[in-house]
Amino acid sequence: MRITVSVNGQPYTREVEPRLLLVHFLRDELGLTGTHWGCDTSNCGVCTVRLDGMPVKSCTVLAVMADGHEVTTVEGLERDGELDAVQKGFVECHGLQCGFCTPGMLLTARALLDRVPDPDEGQIREAISGQLCRCTGYENIVRSIRWAAQASLNVAESATEAKS
Amino acid sequence: MQVPARFEYERADSVPHALELLARYGPEARIVAGGHSLIPMMKLRLAQPEALIDINGLAELGRIAVEGDELAIGALVRHTELLDSTTATDLFPIFRDAERVIADPIVRNRGTVGGSLCQGDPSEDLSAVFSALRARAVIQGAGGQRTVPIRDFHHGPYETAVGPGELLVQLRVPVTAGTGSAYEKVERRVGDWPVAAAGAVVTVRDGVIARAGIGLTAVGAEHFCAPEAESHLEGRPPGGEAFAEAGRIAAEHCDPHADQRGPADYKRHLAAELTRRALVRAAGRI
Repeated sequence: MRITVSVNGQPYTREVEPRLLLVHFLRDELGLTGTHWGCDTSNCGVCTVRLDGMPVKSCTVLAVMADGHEVTTVEGLERDGELDAVQKGFVECHGLQCGFCTPGMLLTARALLDRVPDPDEGQIREAISGQLCRCTGYENIVRSIRWAAQASLNVAESATEAKS
Repeated sequence: MQVPARFEYERADSVPHALELLARYGPEARIVAGGHSLIPMMKLRLAQPEALIDINGLAELGRIAVEGDELAIGALVRHTELLDSTTATDLFPIFRDAERVIADPIVRNRGTVGGSLCQGDPSEDLSAVFSALRARAVIQGAGGQRTVPIRDFHHGPYETAVGPGELLVQLRVPVTAGTGSAYEKVERRVGDWPVAAAGAVVTVRDGVIARAGIGLTAVGAEHFCAPEAESHLEGRPPGGEAFAEAGRIAAEHCDPHADQRGPADYKRHLAAELTRRALVRAAGRI
């Protein structure tokens, strides 16, 4: 069937089988391979993307279910050539080793900070509890997300100061 | 790579439309909402429905509201929405306790209350929660709506009262003054199914327990409840001794099986202890 999915703000129309999973639609139909494909059983969370803003595991969503909806993948985090604060955090704090879980972690981190701009360690750990880092690099992932929160708060603070 | 077998896909734009599609495609059609039980089963080819009817667009099934002396929860409410609903969790903290330990936050963004109940998994958490709360399930068919007490909703593993051509649309929970509730679960790791779990709902009037609700999951309790333990409590003052005895009775009447999550005697021990803890916490919240 014919579906139109908005991915990172751009509409894509494709003819797909109803049984095609969203993760394969993104990777194989659109060539957006930033979304990784891991356990295929909604455990590991490497395939996490945002569907209408909510992080979801795209191995357990049918592409046809996203017809008419908005999807954000890791390719959509960057704005005007500048990395998102969470991406910068992962660079600054060595938030990745092999990088396999990173795209999913970044999207969950972004969604968390959109909702809770200044999360504590417990909130961060809970937010990423549905995602596995096979390098077990959780300490640095948590630090990276804290870094992103702090950096965004600093930017907001200096913007307020500049105004006053 | 896990690929489901071929199926037809239809989107319902209203409850009557969903029922019409169910009638058109017949008994091999399945409703899909969050899909976090059904799609994995389809990928493993344990389920091969001929048609999927997607109800994700039915906003009318996604509401939580107090209506009269009942809390109404739409079947399409996502786990995350129930967890975040202060309307629900202020009245019944058991929802917060349980939802925090159902799957993981990302799965909870997608999975629904109605889907969890209709899956009918014998280890499912909300089945025990709604059983403890003595909720009623509202089921809609071509002939209109009917209401089924939740303790008659599950006919056995993976079997429910929802018949062919019908749709679970809502859960209704009685709201009673002087009530506290809590849920206790032991799991091997974050996001796992319970080794065992217990929910408790306690209503106290004039210093004695007027009504007790005990829900149990993963331990082979019929209809996810413990009526013998509930009877023991009713009419007694709330307290440690009564709660421990209720736990003991609940454990005696359940029928846990050994599996990779633990031996039967351990699960029976958990049924007693988690029932006791949930009762203590529930009573402390009145």
